[in-house]
Amino acid sequence: MKKYIWPSIKLTLFMVLVLAVLYPSLIAAVSKTAPGQGKGRTVTVNNKVVGYENVGQNFTEDKYFNGRPSAVNYNAAGSGGSNKGLSNPDYQKTVLERIDTFLVHNPGIKKEDIPAELVTASGSGLDPDLSPAAALIQVKRIAAIRHLSETKLMTLVSDHIKRPLLGVAGPAKVNVLKLNIALDTLK
Amino acid sequence: MNSEILGVILTFIVTLVIAFPLGKYISKVFQGERVITDFLNPVERFIYRICGIDPHKEMNWKQHMAALLSINFVWLIYAFVVLLFQSHLPLNPDGNPDMTPDLAFNTAISFLVNCNLQHYSGESGVTYFSQLFVITFLQFVSAATGVAAVAVLFRAFAEKTTEKLGNFFVFFTKTITRILLPLSIIMAIILAFNGTPASFDGKDSIVTVQGDSVQVSRGPAAGMIAIKHLGTNGGGWYGANSAHPLENPNYFTNMVEIIAQVILPMALIFAFGFFIRRRKLGYIIFGVMTVGMLTLMIPTLISEMSGNPVLGHMGLKDISAMEGKEVRLGVAASAYWQVMTTIISTGSINSMHDSSMPISGAMQMLGMMTNCFYGGKGVGLLNYFIFLIIAVFISGLMVGRTPEFMGRKVEAREMKIAAIIALFHPFLILVGTALSAYFAAHHPQMAWSVQPSAWFNNPSNHGFSEMLYEYTSSSANNGSGFEGLADNNIFWNITTGVVMILGRFIPIIGPVAIAGILAKKKYIPESAGTLQTDTATFGIMTYAVIMIIAALAFFPALTLGPIAEYFQSY
Repeated sequence: MKKYIWPSIKLTLFMVLVLAVLYPSLIAAVSKTAPGQGKGRTVTVNNKVVGYENVGQNFTEDKYFNGRPSAVNYNAAGSGGSNKGLSNPDYQKTVLERIDTFLVHNPGIKKEDIPAELVTASGSGLDPDLSPAAALIQVKRIAAIRHLSETKLMTLVSDHIKRPLLGVAGPAKVNVLKLNIALDTLK
Repeated sequence: MNSEILGVILTFIVTLVIAFPLGKYISKVFQGERVITDFLNPVERFIYRICGIDPHKEMNWKQHMAALLSINFVWLIYAFVVLLFQSHLPLNPDGNPDMTPDLAFNTAISFLVNCNLQHYSGESGVTYFSQLFVITFLQFVSAATGVAAVAVLFRAFAEKTTEKLGNFFVFFTKTITRILLPLSIIMAIILAFNGTPASFDGKDSIVTVQGDSVQVSRGPAAGMIAIKHLGTNGGGWYGANSAHPLENPNYFTNMVEIIAQVILPMALIFAFGFFIRRRKLGYIIFGVMTVGMLTLMIPTLISEMSGNPVLGHMGLKDISAMEGKEVRLGVAASAYWQVMTTIISTGSINSMHDSSMPISGAMQMLGMMTNCFYGGKGVGLLNYFIFLIIAVFISGLMVGRTPEFMGRKVEAREMKIAAIIALFHPFLILVGTALSAYFAAHHPQMAWSVQPSAWFNNPSNHGFSEMLYEYTSSSANNGSGFEGLADNNIFWNITTGVVMILGRFIPIIGPVAIAGILAKKKYIPESAGTLQTDTATFGIMTYAVIMIIAALAFFPALTLGPIAEYFQSY
């Protein structure tokens, strides 16, 4: 063993230099040319940063499209899911409460029509998206509060739908932050 | 067919299209044939010179293992010390604290052994310095260690009778310079251009549209996320791993990440066939592994895509299993990832496994229990080799022929090693689980910092699954978890640390020893009486051996966990 220790130490030092110093520095330098300069892509309103494009934020007010439940309350200082299993009675109670809350805030919506994603927490707790169905089901509530026509809001949602990759791979989605910013500008 | 299923099929096809030529390339690199990256030759010569390595000195299998263990020992000490004192080191914009000794012990081992079990959260538990100098560094070198070990197997069967099996340091260095680093650079840039942070800025504070003050964790993540997948490591920059929208911003990056973790394990199988000039054997091994993958993939896709029955009982029409999953990735891509990440020992996640459906949970655990369908970087093929030797032995007995593999007799000594290795994995997992279950059942109020009764995030059978998963993941060097388990405390840090280190080095030394011993033996030319190992029949035999050993050893434990939960919930 002894004769391998010195070469091992020297090789380690060299590889630390390459892999922990040069490699990340190279990537950081290249990423300066990427959108967001490698610091994450921000979204601004009136020259003020109001969020990150990819990081979901808490929308609980009825006048906004609400995002999914979050186990970390959308604070991106951390991240994580609920890690609850389906057989857990506490978990089942939480989901039932979410269903009831949704029904109270969205009069006129039938229970069976609630999309599952609106009563289940995301994996990261920072899910920035909704499926088109989960956005559309909130149109009725928002239209009533903001005194806007439902068709106008439906158009707004469909304008914000991102199609699957190349039109064939993966789900369609709507970015909640961008949708709500657009909603605020709607007259 | 819906776009989610199409996405999964497309992903698998692209993986194959990349892995095949990559296998050819890897074979050429280790054979020293001309390849596109030969401009790196002077760089490698420079490395050997300054490190005092003679690249022409060939090692036998024992010298290989001595070199491997020596350099791993250096890394272990180095990583442990850095993690213990990380708050005093530079690059800590978020002011994160030192690790406790037991957590540093667990984390240093975890990344050293390519496991990447994380009992901390990336945002608050490590500094940027540790992320780069310990985590990223170990992700490269532990992957290269696995490849260097499997390269011994390549050499052992490429020639007729030999003790000279190449040089460990050369295999190791070339794996980094020719394979891991170039691929990582390409992938990190792809991620950076899709929104993954890569700069050294710390947390950002913002006021959201609705008026909440929140922070957003950032950092030089793109480079680490690239090697985390290419090296089948799996440890995330952020706590939520690849479910995090900065770590995995969209469906395209999700495809890139899941493809990246599968291409090298697959390529190594093809490379084995090319290297020993028995392509057909390579294809048969690949075929068996793919059938094994499908054995786990199909039930997982069905159970995840048919939704969460509990939501149905509550009266919802849409019962998509979205707990712990992300909208941009969807259920199918999450299910595909669950299987791939567990069979190939990456252990990165894009959905929370703790919240997946019971049958999917069972499949994830089975993936780690077999641990050889494609398998981790280098070690997947080594694990498969053990089952292959056992299959050779059993088939030999069945047809009444001397067990032979590639022109070498398989005798008592090799068989003993193979049997010990095959049983060692269930031993570590089941003893660990039994121990923790004992404390949870009989000493729930033990005066520890976290009492055993407070370990679980879910009660009953699911709680048992959380323990079983943790040890399975540790022994398989996978690193994913049923993350509800309260694992950052002395009991879990120490026991899983010990399981991880044993579960790494013994299953490397065993197969390499068998290969070394076989390589030394007299070569017997093939005759009409030789057992053919590159046929479909022998492939089925190997598959049966794997399934019988895994199913028989683990079925009782799985029954107490996910299978019982299944029958309660449907």
